[in-house]
Amino acid sequence: MSLRDTILKEIQTVAANQNKTLAPLTDALPLNDSGLDSLCFAILVARLEDVTGRDPLSEAQGGQFPRTLGEFVALYEESLV
Amino acid sequence: MSEWPNLISCLQKGRGRGRVVATRDHALALDEFEHASSLAPDLKRLRGRSVLLSVRDMAKVAAALIDLDGCARRILLVPPGWESRRLEAAASDAEADAIVHDDEDASTPTSVDLTVACRLPLQPVSSPRIANLETEWILPTSGTTGAPKLVRHTLRTLIGAIGEAPSQQWATFYDIRRYGGLQIFLRALSGRGSLTLGAQGEGLSSLLARFGDAKITHISGTPTHWRKVLMSGEGLRIDPEYVRLSGEIADEGVLAALHKLYSRARIEHAYASTEAGVVFAVDDGRAGFPASWVERNGAVRMKIVDGALHVRSGRSALGFLGEGAPALTDNEGFVDTGDMVEGRGDRYYFVGRRGGIINVGGAKVHPEEVETALNAHAIVRASRVFARTSPITGALVFADVVLRDGCLPDAASEGDILAACRASLPAYMVPAGLRFVADLPMTDGGKLARHG
Repeated sequence: MSLRDTILKEIQTVAANQNKTLAPLTDALPLNDSGLDSLCFAILVARLEDVTGRDPLSEAQGGQFPRTLGEFVALYEESLV
Repeated sequence: MSEWPNLISCLQKGRGRGRVVATRDHALALDEFEHASSLAPDLKRLRGRSVLLSVRDMAKVAAALIDLDGCARRILLVPPGWESRRLEAAASDAEADAIVHDDEDASTPTSVDLTVACRLPLQPVSSPRIANLETEWILPTSGTTGAPKLVRHTLRTLIGAIGEAPSQQWATFYDIRRYGGLQIFLRALSGRGSLTLGAQGEGLSSLLARFGDAKITHISGTPTHWRKVLMSGEGLRIDPEYVRLSGEIADEGVLAALHKLYSRARIEHAYASTEAGVVFAVDDGRAGFPASWVERNGAVRMKIVDGALHVRSGRSALGFLGEGAPALTDNEGFVDTGDMVEGRGDRYYFVGRRGGIINVGGAKVHPEEVETALNAHAIVRASRVFARTSPITGALVFADVVLRDGCLPDAASEGDILAACRASLPAYMVPAGLRFVADLPMTDGGKLARHG
């Protein structure tokens, strides 16, 4: 499974567990409009670290936070394991 | 003139025309308080009373606080979401004999014999207001097990950290019924500018747009609030001169991101608690605080005892309220904050709470409470809750679980246990994941080992 598919699958799992309704998952989707709240994102990031070994939000800061789903996926794709 | 400050005298000193406390639904004009009140015509009847302030709308909270300080003997700020049992217990400890509310259907504790509605817009008062008592402000701590502690302050202790404030236009993501938000409310009132606040259920886009329209210059929130702003892509709707973080540990990631987004702003992370008051603020862009600040002389003294930060200052609370309440300070006047620090190089860094309390985006979680819920499940024999660092909410709740004999440590069991937790706990307390283990470590005393 590609990293992108893994991320999308985990987003759907977290949303289902937390009883959230997701917006259609396109690259342009602003994260704040995705239907996930801060707690959901925190859980998502922890699950992704377990599954992929990557934790770019803690590491590669450089003052940049992802704002859209596309940026979020790209951050994971560009980060090192 | 009375010998202590009250909010009305703060307002008069602040002068300035057109000052407001604005929410989405109300704009409270601060220069009208000389002749008008949110509690008219009952304001006089509240004089000398111990008052529960059980108001949801934040503009009304602001108005009632201005009306009651110097008039009531005591104000207890009821936090959002309190159930009637908790209110009853707090009312008894605070000897409350009056309640101010903005909801006809709200419950009224038995000790209360005067109920007053808080209404906006302000209504004219017939006689000049008398504000000459030193009112006690009671702030409940955000305890989640048992009864919350009731912390006693006065306006003097609450405004101790607030200096001269020129024309600052304030905004905060906080609820002003909590210490962090209350500080910003008092800062705004002591200055010459206005204050813009959120409304219940208001989205971040709407809030940032209102902050932008109000041309706010000074703004505060928790690191979790700020990470949300950073992820929203709408942070540039505001152009602040000063950005304040408090209420949680600020890491260098969020500080660097805020410096980049608001390049002209001074970014400061403050350390404060309801009990200890405002202790310090750090603006050098780094996490933690300089080690040299500990045991230096000044208005605030700090010492570190067994890894925990202890604080003595005139901004600390006066004590806890209620029968059998513990002492707030040691015999030298220091408050034990329960916040654990670690020295690395020339800095101290906050590492968490003593007793394992987990701070999930500002909400405090007691591991024992989550363990109780886990252990109530038929297939769980024992559990141990622990924190995992999160770049989004600071920390997350996780748990080690020992299953009963014959139960399978698989995804179905995990799903089953977590579903039961979701039914009995608020979302932030439900473990984000479980680890199935064969056994849990014990201390020599036979207790669950919480560290390691």
